[in-house]
Amino acid sequence: MSKSDLPPEPKSSDVTPEALYDGRREFIKNTILYLTTATAIGGGLTYLTTRGRLGPGATGASNQPPLPGDLPAASPTTPPTETTPASAATAPATSAAAKVNYDTDEPRTAFNDISTYNNFYEFGTAKSDPARNAHTLKTKPWTVEIDGECGKPQTIDIDTLIKLYPLEDRVYRMRCVEAWSMVIPWRGFELRKILERVEPTSKAKFVAFTTLFDPDQMPGQRGHSIHWPYVEGLRLDEAMHPLSLLAFGIYGKTIPNQNGAPIRLVVPWKYGFKGIKSIVKISLVEKMPPTSWNLLAPDEYGFFCNVNPDVDHPRWSQASERRIGDILKRTTLKFNGYGEQVAHLYKDMDLVKFY
Amino acid sequence: MAELAVPIKQVRNDQRLSWLRPAVTAGLLVPLLVLFFRWRMGLLDADPIAEALNQFGLLALVCLIASLACTPLKLLFGWTWPLRVRKELGLFAFYYALAHFTVYLVFDKNLALGAALDDVIKRKFILVGFLAFLVLIPLALTSTAAAIRRMGVQKWQRLHRLSYAAGILGALHFYWRVKSDVSEPLVYAGVLALLMAVRLVYRKQSKG
Repeated sequence: MSKSDLPPEPKSSDVTPEALYDGRREFIKNTILYLTTATAIGGGLTYLTTRGRLGPGATGASNQPPLPGDLPAASPTTPPTETTPASAATAPATSAAAKVNYDTDEPRTAFNDISTYNNFYEFGTAKSDPARNAHTLKTKPWTVEIDGECGKPQTIDIDTLIKLYPLEDRVYRMRCVEAWSMVIPWRGFELRKILERVEPTSKAKFVAFTTLFDPDQMPGQRGHSIHWPYVEGLRLDEAMHPLSLLAFGIYGKTIPNQNGAPIRLVVPWKYGFKGIKSIVKISLVEKMPPTSWNLLAPDEYGFFCNVNPDVDHPRWSQASERRIGDILKRTTLKFNGYGEQVAHLYKDMDLVKFY
Repeated sequence: MAELAVPIKQVRNDQRLSWLRPAVTAGLLVPLLVLFFRWRMGLLDADPIAEALNQFGLLALVCLIASLACTPLKLLFGWTWPLRVRKELGLFAFYYALAHFTVYLVFDKNLALGAALDDVIKRKFILVGFLAFLVLIPLALTSTAAAIRRMGVQKWQRLHRLSYAAGILGALHFYWRVKSDVSEPLVYAGVLALLMAVRLVYRKQSKG
């Protein structure tokens, strides 16, 4: 074989330096150690700061059950499907001509934000927990018991309840006590309709609400973050106010479980937690009923919980709020901007004392 | 405590673990990258500002507690490698606390210093958090080898013992912030208490 048949020798500059050649094992070992350590620390920190928040549920729709579809259409102009004497007598404001417009025309919060950013401790204490966990809630069959100081106590099936009165769309601001807010298009009917239906007696001064208690369906109830079941209450005149809504839907769709399916309360001039979710019982009572957050921290949460920028939460200011989707905060309005409609309910009350 | 002064310099000159400090630095930056990419991809909660605020605060506390674990680990197991990365851990505690404070001041308070000061005065949970941040500032400023030389080891160590105060204040800040389920802040407070206990036990032994 002649010399020219051999491949050309590599240039001397291409030859690996001897020291590096000798150190290659060391170099590979160090690289592996570097990557392993960095990954372990990075992974650990990511775990601690996002615990349970990186799953598919965080983005919303992927592991939610499909929405059951449209609710009966909201139809303020069509006559009620059933007119009880009580509602006919006391609800003229809902007729098309006299209808007061309670809707805000502010931009609505995206459905994905409304349905993935929830405080619903029955399904976990992180905001993204309810969207991930609430699929265990069975909303059918479902009944709501209405009892207490009333002439016609009754237990009504949800399918019957939802058809008792025409549903209305109401676009309300929702101000959470944690200083963030949303604009939510609810679908439901006024709470007063169902209260009038059972004919409150003269002894009825307050309305008490109870959420379902079933740790199998609501795994958060196995923990002790709150004394279960969740309870809330309103003074009767607050409950009878036309702004107080029983909601069955959001954006015209059946309300997602994590937002309080199949039936929840919406009281837009109060902090969001007054809007009790997944209601099974409504009682007319004589005495001021207990409310869950007040029981847990009476110095932080009173009975009334009206949105009030002048009365700070002990741990943070209530003067401003971040509307979900905004970067900076905006000024919080007294009674969440519904003062014109509700301020008269509290005209002789010291709202600093009765927070 | 005096036994700690010697290893630091030896440790820094030791080339055997040359990968360790860069690896820890990279690892400590990972949560920032994860946060950034989740934000870019729209994977954050509906309130990304709140999420950034909470994550930065928690990262500061975790880094601070990790930095406080270095000496107990040496006392318990004779490990010296954690001491090599103590400076990185402490500095990152400061960086994340600074990020936490900045997000609060800019996005929560819209840079209204009066409102922030009002918060500090009125609310004990904000007060202790602010104090923890203030304590970290001189510690971060004296994190260099030059500062140790300038101050002298003993004085430097006395100053840096304040990191325990920052840890306690930080854990308290977290505990007071939580609405109802305090189990997570209690875990951090527990780890902190354990680390302090290890030091106290060894201190007693070395004296007795």
